[in-house]
Amino acid sequence: MRTAWVVLRKDLRVESRTLETLPAMILLALVTFVIFHFGLNRDTISGQEAAGVLTVALLFAAMLGINRLFVAEREQGGFDAFLLAPVDRSAMMVAKAAGLFIYLTVLEVIAVPAFGLFLLGPSLGRPLPGLVLVLVLTNIAFATIGTLVSGIAVNTRARDLIGPMIGLPLLVPALIGTARALGPLLAAGHATTSPPLKWLAILALYDLVFALLAYALFDFLLEE
Amino acid sequence: MRHNTYSRGLPGLALATVVMLCAALTLAFFYAPLDANQGFLQKIFYIHVPLAIIALCGFVFGAVMAIMYLRTGDRKWDMRSYVAIHMALIFGIAGLISGSIWAKASWGHWWVWQEPTLVSYLIVLLLFATYQPLRFSIEDPERQSLYASVFAIVAGAFVPLNFIAVRLATEYVHPRVLNLEGGNLPGPMKLTFYVALIGFALLYVTLWKFEMSAKHARAQVRRLRRTLLGDDAGRPYGRSAAPL
Amino acid sequence: MTTAPAIELRGLSRYFGERTALRDVSLTVPPGTTLAVLGRNGAGKSTLLRILASLLRPHSGDVEVFGEPLPRRAFAVRAKVGLLSHEPLLYRELTARENLDYHARLHRVAAGRVDEVLDAVEFQRRADDPVRTLSRGMVQRVAVCRAVLHQPALLLLDEPRANLDPAASALVEPLIGRPSGATRVLTSHDPQAALAEADMVLALKDGRIAYAGEPAGFSDIRLRELYA
Repeated sequence: MRTAWVVLRKDLRVESRTLETLPAMILLALVTFVIFHFGLNRDTISGQEAAGVLTVALLFAAMLGINRLFVAEREQGGFDAFLLAPVDRSAMMVAKAAGLFIYLTVLEVIAVPAFGLFLLGPSLGRPLPGLVLVLVLTNIAFATIGTLVSGIAVNTRARDLIGPMIGLPLLVPALIGTARALGPLLAAGHATTSPPLKWLAILALYDLVFALLAYALFDFLLEE
Repeated sequence: MRHNTYSRGLPGLALATVVMLCAALTLAFFYAPLDANQGFLQKIFYIHVPLAIIALCGFVFGAVMAIMYLRTGDRKWDMRSYVAIHMALIFGIAGLISGSIWAKASWGHWWVWQEPTLVSYLIVLLLFATYQPLRFSIEDPERQSLYASVFAIVAGAFVPLNFIAVRLATEYVHPRVLNLEGGNLPGPMKLTFYVALIGFALLYVTLWKFEMSAKHARAQVRRLRRTLLGDDAGRPYGRSAAPL
Repeated sequence: MTTAPAIELRGLSRYFGERTALRDVSLTVPPGTTLAVLGRNGAGKSTLLRILASLLRPHSGDVEVFGEPLPRRAFAVRAKVGLLSHEPLLYRELTARENLDYHARLHRVAAGRVDEVLDAVEFQRRADDPVRTLSRGMVQRVAVCRAVLHQPALLLLDEPRANLDPAASALVEPLIGRPSGATRVLTSHDPQAALAEADMVLALKDGRIAYAGEPAGFSDIRLRELYA
């Protein structure tokens, strides 16, 4: 996995120079909150409604990140450079998924408090650990499926369309899991501080199955 | 008449299909009892559920063919996978429409979110509906087959996960009308159901073989033309979603 | 003691859909040879280079590089092959040094080597500027560095002198020219220049071999036929 670290380092370095992806993701999430305020015509939301809004905002932002994931490789010959090296090809999958995971985490560090500030009724303090646990699992799901889907999309003609088109249905179980796990946590009155176990189980199962599949199949996407 | 591997046995199979489907329809209309609650429209159940089951099996079948393609690199597996999936999608859409009619019969609405099987089924169809556009957007035929196979496998793995997630998420406000496992169907209904299931399964296999046979013959003709007339004979294939 | 030929092709074919890029190509290239590959655009030159670089799989026939069959032993082959293609394969936002550093790590090359090649092409002064600020000639110089970083025994050079002025051309000569000692396969849009440099010539027409052998045997008439 040394190779994966080399690729990840390179990606983070490029992102820190261009700042293309991350600021856009954060902005999109924040704008989504504003839109929901007007769309729902509410000052504060809580419970399952809040969970739904947060999940959707994270999804939109994730889609942006997913679309950009392999573009630099495609346009600047990064695939060839990587394929010419005597390295394990799945390392690129790990590197890209890890990168996406990091972007999503940074995004959430900013967007979730913003959500607590602007839209959420109940305070974020007590359910925070449970929230973090759920979002870690969600990020893994986005990162895994996102890398797979982006890897498929980057070599097609309608690049920006194919990614979301394939990715969204595939993400549905994870989105269900996220929203339903967050619902009780964000409920008014703080009835629960730990997320429902069955939804954590679903997310974990989803992550496991697709991470293994993606790792096994990614090689085929790089072959010619 | 000379047969290739796919068309062998096709006439017999087609006949068996017709017989079974006719039998199923006859049983549905004349033998199976009228449902007390839902009336005549309930009979769509004998079409909807078999279609849905066969469609899902078809998707899984397509995923298995895709695994074989990735393992062997032989394009014929990709052709089989493609035909399996796009045939299953057609069955699936027919299943969805009939499912909507059945929902109307059961609950009075053309769509209900309370029936988790129907909802997960919709999501699965939405996913597999992207298969052909995906293929069409990749020009290089080799790559098209590779990527389509990867997608088919991931989508195949998705099906059970999706059903579990949706099932868990749906609260049962209405009692489930259908319990597929136990089968709380009375005898005559059960018989009709299984006859219909076999009929539609045969229909799927027949249509699959038929389309494979046609594509196989077409590919052979093109190969012959190229061998006899040289590489540039015949118009090049335009972009297509189907494997060459 | 017999050493394996640098390149051994037997009946190599490669298709792109229905189009045949290479058809039944057979060739043996001894180590240390310079092979010039000539042909029109679309004759199969780049395809051949990419197959040798293990970026494309052969569809039929056998390919061996230093005795290692492709694609089975691609891993072993990659360490011995360096490719200089049309694209420089450099990230525009990173500096030349960072790009070379990345490749050095991927190829597990010792740390000092990056400075070594930068010195060789006299590029130290602008090595810490982002690649997007460099002129095409400079980018080509850095690309050459990238290709030879891991000291490959086989160099695949697709138009190596493109964008290089005579001074820069002289600078890269020890790295990718005959003095490097490597087996070299080069393509060029200037057939006369390529012929002058070559020990062996392979002429491709529509994916088939039109001529394979000594440069002397490849007359002007055949050259004109090739590009007709």
